[in-house]
Amino acid sequence: MLNGRQHVGVSVTIATSLEDACAALTAEPGSLVLAGGTDLMVEVNRGSRRIGNVVALNRIPELAGWHLIGDELRLGAGVTFAEICDPEIAALVPALAQAARTVGSPQIRNAATIGGNIATASPAGDSIPVLAALDAVLELRSAEASREVPVTEFITGVKATCLMPGELIEAVRVPVLDGPQEFCKVGPRNAMVISVASLALLVDRSARRIRVGLGSVAPTPLRATQAEDHVSGHLDWDNGVPPRLEVVREFAELVASSASPIDDHRGSAAYRRHAVRILAQRSLTRVLNRVSPS
Amino acid sequence: MSTDPFVLEVNGQSHEVADAHPGESLLRVLRERLGLPGSKNACEEGECGSCTVLVDGQTVCSCLVLASTAAGRKITTIEGISGDDGLSHVQEAFVDAGAVQCGFCTPGLIVSIGSLLESDPDPSDLAVREAISGNLCRCTGYGRVLEAVHLAATRRGGST
Repeated sequence: MLNGRQHVGVSVTIATSLEDACAALTAEPGSLVLAGGTDLMVEVNRGSRRIGNVVALNRIPELAGWHLIGDELRLGAGVTFAEICDPEIAALVPALAQAARTVGSPQIRNAATIGGNIATASPAGDSIPVLAALDAVLELRSAEASREVPVTEFITGVKATCLMPGELIEAVRVPVLDGPQEFCKVGPRNAMVISVASLALLVDRSARRIRVGLGSVAPTPLRATQAEDHVSGHLDWDNGVPPRLEVVREFAELVASSASPIDDHRGSAAYRRHAVRILAQRSLTRVLNRVSPS
Repeated sequence: MSTDPFVLEVNGQSHEVADAHPGESLLRVLRERLGLPGSKNACEEGECGSCTVLVDGQTVCSCLVLASTAAGRKITTIEGISGDDGLSHVQEAFVDAGAVQCGFCTPGLIVSIGSLLESDPDPSDLAVREAISGNLCRCTGYGRVLEAVHLAATRRGGST
């Protein structure tokens, strides 16, 4: 009934299939893509975004739901943060569920989607550091083609992505790792906060690797690879003997030095660097307390 | 410039919206076109929760819903919360606990708390705090709001 409405240059297409959405985007390449609306409508209400043609994605069955495929979790781009808080997902990717729970408020989490969070590509996007640490792969789709891009390559700058005209995020794939995970976020409250600094730390027992993703301390998703190398090499993976305090401190220092934060109204660069140092130390200590020898 | 007509189902009634502006939010349509001013308009950025409504049973900020995309969904506003038999348990508890001062946040809080009690009939204080974390109240300090939630939970439990 509402599909393909055309009216004095403005149409709102409520796509009911992926094919529909791709066709609408091909027909009107400049269309605004609307997922949960929690970022886009703020700009529209404020008058900072003129609204033209819209393709709404929130009724596309292919974008909803998640599946476990082997040891990978595939989340449709339309999966909401409320859904990611689900205990079943939390058991598979704990840090992603922790991050989801810090997004906005219940009202925001009911609407906001993981695909929207990625496409908005804010340096403060709550899911981004976790996805970076997981080496998440995005499935992109247009009317003509589909391709896969790692999240760290997808986001090219502050609110900038390599998404091409007519292209959509269809799904996100992340590995299910063996080991505890932590997500930490700094902000003035526990809810409704745009992060000042955030950090995801994941233990990957089978690769004997600690993975660290940082948020709000660089224009794009950041992995603290030097810090990862250092700490992974110093852990006693066989017996689970906690590392010397020195190692934890060196790790935190390397995490802090990998950040390239800026001063803005939410915090100074110096504070952000300090904050990720503390988050690194805290989250490493927390996960190591939970790593028992395998 | 306007969008083509669409039909919204609000509180069980169908309303045709003939002349919404492109980009018009569900909140604006409810308040300005459908004569339902119970949902309040404050921040228009999803921060304050005073515009909270249920869409297909889930709480959302109606200011962040593009109105035309809510066609075909079941929308419940504060006007649809109280039945023919009077106030809801949550509304009554707000009155009895004195959880209302200026009243601006009240409709949003009532919708959020009603939704919480549907899924968690006997919530802990922490669960209540998390459930209303997106509803700002600058008068009450939330103490009496918490009291009202527990009062409503008790009465609801007693009535089933």
